[in-house]
Amino acid sequence: MSIWVDRNTRLLVQGITGREGRFHTVNCKNYGTNVVAGVTPGKGGQDVEGIPVFDTVAGAVRETGANVAMVFVPPAFCADAILESIDAGLPLIVAITEGIPVMDMLKVKNYLKKSGSRLIGPNCPGIITPGQCKIGIQPGHIHSPGHVGIVSRSGTLTYEAVHQIQRFGMGQSTVVGIGGDPVNGTSFIDCLSAFQADPETLAIIMVGEIGGSAEEEAAEFVSQHVTKPVVGFIAGLTAPPGRRMGHAGAIISGSSGTAGGKIAAMRQAGITVVENLGEMGAIAKDAFASALSGVVEK
Amino acid sequence: MKIHEFQAKELFRKYGVAVPRGGAAFSVEEAGRLAAELGTFPVVIKAQIHAGGRGKGGGVKLAATAEEVRQFASSILGMTLVTHQTGPDGRLVKKLLIEEGLPIEKELYLSVLPDRGAAKIVFMASEAGGMDIEEVAAKTPEKIIKVYIDPLIGMKGYHANELAFGLNLAGDQAKQFTAMALKLYRLCVDYDCSLVEINPLVLTKDGNLIALDAKINFDDNALYRHKDILEYRDLDEEDPFEVEASKYELNYIRMPGGNIGNMVNGAGLAMATMDIIHQAGAEPANFLDVGGGASAEQVEHGFRIILADPCVKGVLINIFGGILRCDRLASGVVEAANKVGIKVPVVIRMEGTNVEEGRRILDESGLNLITAKDVSDAAQKIAAIVKA
Repeated sequence: MSIWVDRNTRLLVQGITGREGRFHTVNCKNYGTNVVAGVTPGKGGQDVEGIPVFDTVAGAVRETGANVAMVFVPPAFCADAILESIDAGLPLIVAITEGIPVMDMLKVKNYLKKSGSRLIGPNCPGIITPGQCKIGIQPGHIHSPGHVGIVSRSGTLTYEAVHQIQRFGMGQSTVVGIGGDPVNGTSFIDCLSAFQADPETLAIIMVGEIGGSAEEEAAEFVSQHVTKPVVGFIAGLTAPPGRRMGHAGAIISGSSGTAGGKIAAMRQAGITVVENLGEMGAIAKDAFASALSGVVEK
Repeated sequence: MKIHEFQAKELFRKYGVAVPRGGAAFSVEEAGRLAAELGTFPVVIKAQIHAGGRGKGGGVKLAATAEEVRQFASSILGMTLVTHQTGPDGRLVKKLLIEEGLPIEKELYLSVLPDRGAAKIVFMASEAGGMDIEEVAAKTPEKIIKVYIDPLIGMKGYHANELAFGLNLAGDQAKQFTAMALKLYRLCVDYDCSLVEINPLVLTKDGNLIALDAKINFDDNALYRHKDILEYRDLDEEDPFEVEASKYELNYIRMPGGNIGNMVNGAGLAMATMDIIHQAGAEPANFLDVGGGASAEQVEHGFRIILADPCVKGVLINIFGGILRCDRLASGVVEAANKVGIKVPVVIRMEGTNVEEGRRILDESGLNLITAKDVSDAAQKIAAIVKA
């Protein structure tokens, strides 16, 4: 088991004919993901590495039975692409694109709430269930199947977390990058809730950063609803207020959204907080020892 | 992106939001001429910098005569204004806003912005105008009215009414207010603003509602569809290192007072790397995310910009190769090092895609680079540099 993506995932790629879209589609396919279709308006009938390209998402879904979309469409047209997949009824949409205007995402988010679709991202590395399905831009080879669920707002910091727990012999059930934008589709709480319900996930790592209050809300959720051990990390202790730290969402506004506030909330919720990034693997090993005892990792 | 008050007021005029009569002056003579054109006293002289708290710092003066206009204009122009938002170095004032002074009956607060948590557009209003709104929110949150608007529906009359009556406005003032709020909503949405703030919004003694101040910030991700706003960019207000980095689309932020430069791929890892530098007993001199798809040239420019900062006593490069392959990063570093010349110790930690090839390139470069085996090791090596 895992959350949201597995062997049964049938992936469709929006923006498959672009440079990035093509490159990462091939990587996903090589990892073992079942990529069934691509969509680029006006390029229907072509193919990318044997994957048929369609003009519309609805057409691609009708012909191939795709059930997840991965979106590589440039920022100016990306909200449109996400809305198209929502309207085509896809249950899961993973948007990798960075740089979508907030006003566009506000509309997408409010439309999404009225739909049956889940959006992961945008501005995220994607989602991977090691050994089964990779959707996104992650380096697949650093992962291995196991029982730690990881949710993170950052890309490379997620890889760092995976790498560090691997060194202590811990594999992953599913790793979700929820993205660094201020308005995103899937929250920490959505992931924590799914990991809590997933029998294959025995322990959880959540990686947050400055800006907004999603980590504080997640901490509250953990204290109420999560029985599995959680290790947390927050990036941005040294970030100055009022500056956008790379991610559009990573900004301390006035006195809210600081790393200190988030760490305090996580501690209060019983989350084991990693203060020094270099110690994440070792701390997770200790914190997860009893939850993972007797489990044979591959 | 931030703009000046006088530019924000130009946008207000364009949308029919009432502002005081006046204009921008770049010299004492211009200030005098603008004041004369107003034909009235008092005249307000306001320093134009991209930071709040200007009044407390001495950047806003009320002149009762033409002589005072010249006097205040010449004292403010060229002054280094230090406010709670500028940092200790302050900002050099190069522009002024010259406006008519108004007889004020009451000061209100009004802002409109996208609310990330609620995923709505939110209006915030308060009768406690003219004060630091963060302070009002912390001490007396009941004095702030919030109205949330679904962007799919847009702002309706009832939203504006909730605000107007919440502010205890009535009759003609309530009418003026609701019309103004609807215009501000349109401005916020049309221009992809991340903040439109009026503090204070004043009710004058003759019963008019006027935006005495104006602050607008824009969503950088949406600037591609607002070429007119790009014209408002003021390079004087930006750090020269950051201006240089922006030419190569590098996410660089200078950290005054830091001594360790750093180059990282990914924003989260870059922040975490700054944090470990701090935890090791040094201070990061910058934030630099070279991104996932960085080219060897971008890496080279990034390295050059970091090394150009005289405060930098050492550099930490921390790369987790995903899309950005370690070999490409290594080539960029070697090229940059050969071109720029390295005069400070450089610690490199690489992991991920093509790491072996990357390490080989660094080893064979003949450069004096210190390799770290993991993040902890990198932090310890940086700490050693600082102590040396």
